[in-house]
Amino acid sequence: MSTAPDPIAAVAEGLGRTGYIASRPIALALHLAQHLQKPILVEGPAGVGKTELSRAIAAWQGLPLHRLQCHEGLDESRALYEWKYGKQLLYTQILKDRIAPMLGDAPVLAPALKALEGFSDLFFSEQFLEPRPLLAALREPRGCVLLIDEIDKADEAFEAFLLELLADHAVTIPELGTIRAAVPPMVLLTSNGMRELGDALKRRCLHLFIGLPSPEMEARIVAARLPGIPALLLRQIVLFIAGLRALDLKKLPSISETIDWARALTLLHTEHLSPDLVRETLNILLKHEADISAAQPALAPLAFQAKRDAETGMPLPA
Amino acid sequence: MLSLLRAARGAGVRISTAETLEALRAAALVGPGDRADLRDTLGLVCAKSAEEKRIFDEVFSLFFAPQAPAATKPRAFEERGVGGDSQGGGGGSGLARMIVEGDRAGLDQALAEAARAEDAQAIRFFTQTNALARRMLDRMGLAALEAEIAASPDPRLTEGVVMLRAEARAEAERNLRLFGREESEGLREYMLRRARLAAISPRERARLASLTRAMAKKLATRHSRRRRVAKRGSLDLRGTLRRNMGWDGIPFVLRHRATRVARPRLVVFCDISGSVAALSGFLLLFLHSLGAVVRDLGAFVFTGEAIDVTETLKQPDAEAAIARILAEHGHGSSNYGTALAGFARDATIDRHTTVVILGDGRGNRAPPRVDALEDVARRARQVVWLNPEHPALWGTGDSDMPRYAPFCRQLRPCRTLDELERAVDGLLLLHRV
Repeated sequence: MSTAPDPIAAVAEGLGRTGYIASRPIALALHLAQHLQKPILVEGPAGVGKTELSRAIAAWQGLPLHRLQCHEGLDESRALYEWKYGKQLLYTQILKDRIAPMLGDAPVLAPALKALEGFSDLFFSEQFLEPRPLLAALREPRGCVLLIDEIDKADEAFEAFLLELLADHAVTIPELGTIRAAVPPMVLLTSNGMRELGDALKRRCLHLFIGLPSPEMEARIVAARLPGIPALLLRQIVLFIAGLRALDLKKLPSISETIDWARALTLLHTEHLSPDLVRETLNILLKHEADISAAQPALAPLAFQAKRDAETGMPLPA
Repeated sequence: MLSLLRAARGAGVRISTAETLEALRAAALVGPGDRADLRDTLGLVCAKSAEEKRIFDEVFSLFFAPQAPAATKPRAFEERGVGGDSQGGGGGSGLARMIVEGDRAGLDQALAEAARAEDAQAIRFFTQTNALARRMLDRMGLAALEAEIAASPDPRLTEGVVMLRAEARAEAERNLRLFGREESEGLREYMLRRARLAAISPRERARLASLTRAMAKKLATRHSRRRRVAKRGSLDLRGTLRRNMGWDGIPFVLRHRATRVARPRLVVFCDISGSVAALSGFLLLFLHSLGAVVRDLGAFVFTGEAIDVTETLKQPDAEAAIARILAEHGHGSSNYGTALAGFARDATIDRHTTVVILGDGRGNRAPPRVDALEDVARRARQVVWLNPEHPALWGTGDSDMPRYAPFCRQLRPCRTLDELERAVDGLLLLHRV
């Protein structure tokens, strides 16, 4: 932080170049995570760019991204490593013929075992190790971005297993010993709040909550994604979405839905929001039948208001 | 920094020692330049949920709002103070001079020093506010100032003293809000747990609800851990043989029988007539928060008829759901007879089900329909009756408790949150067979 006048702004700018508009708290969290070498636990509603964030970091830093998608029943063998059983078996078959002559001159068991010992170690070496995302991330020579997606969907046991990895950037494989990362990866965990995560895990992480953005922020994000979008339409869109979010809905439209909708509207060569158009394209924004019918009566006034407010040229609420 | 973290801890953000160290490191990294950055930094490290983050932000802004009343101080004084600058004069004591000269920074500093000297952070209860403010003023030399005013009355000084009093009080209150929270919160919680639920004011409801959830979470973790209880002594012959197959069935390693602890299937039947409604609401909230521990939760409420609210209760926002249930179906006088008959007809009760009835058993002299309860009791594993009345009152007036009693495996008085917790704990334990 001695070189750059404001390292946090530098982080935000770096991410901005990859097309990810980061708010100040997000950039701050990244800055801290880099210097404290702590993982970040990102929480927030679906579709606010949790997964996208790690992609942006990887692109910005020029590092590979390893992604581990969590689900129920995920275990070590699928997350960390697995032995290549097939290859081991095949090699055993091939070596079978060669072993017999080698052991031929050993009259009793003890010397034969001694002769074999060298081989058995061979079978449990890195050559037969199938690295899964976690191990692959640790073995990355230049470091990498490791995304552990939707950790809340994994079992509690898996969470406990992650602790060693997160704290020491190392994993222990009984046959090989502890594998330590040369360059600690930048770890991001995301959670949708399906269940409460354990305190031990939370304690090891920086806790970043990404909420739904303000209209001003959202306009910048959409503009970054869709450079060709007319400015007036963009303003109408974000104001309309902000109004929609104030309704009592099951699933509020998030940034990804806004971007999809904006893309659809530009494809349709729309210049102004009209109630009919909104009604026809509403299924892009709202994913529940109940939400769509609940929003119906509010659509026309919302669209009208968004149009009027956008045309007044007031600055968007930050 | 440390006292800020202590204040946050008092307000309910759990911060461990390791996190304190981490927070200090992070703060050093960001530097104290930008206050919003500092707040976000500490929030990132310390807070572990969105709720905790909100609390933390609140504490932070309170902590770094010294002299919050600065904006509200009498404007007249400000103007005159600044105007009176040229007159110099005033008096000997430094305090008087600062007042007359309108030296805000000096006054603020004097106040902060007095607060430090009087150990304002040690304040615990609101009753101490006045005394603390008084001590702070004394330390600042108020006595000398008052003597001066008595000798030569000056409206500027009199007004200044009034303002000073107000500010010292505000400072004391700020300290109370920051640091007294832990103790007074603890005391209030203690009282709430033991207060009769029916008599709790609506203002305390929200606090009580969060307390309920915390208690339920505690119970949930306690009961979710051991699902299998290994019984020493009873040999599992098949398991042992299978385990020792490798040694030709010679039992080197013994296997014992393990008992699975079944997750209970609960059906609650709550009276939501005026007399018991509050307690029913809390029972439902409690059970909702238990979540995973209860395999299958059925819920019926009644005043006159039994109404199935299981589906309504499955919504994520339990409090709203319960409030809606109470508003829709509540109000009215209870009729246990018809309600029990409807319950016996509609509820799915099998031999794994525990039926929990919450009510005072006062059916307003309607037929009690004991036969319906008998039917329920025969089909269910057990019937537990929680009664918000003291046992001495059971059977008096229109109470039908003695008639229902024979069919219940347990009768418990249940008036406070503490008793409710114990009752639910007991329910979960009963299932460990």
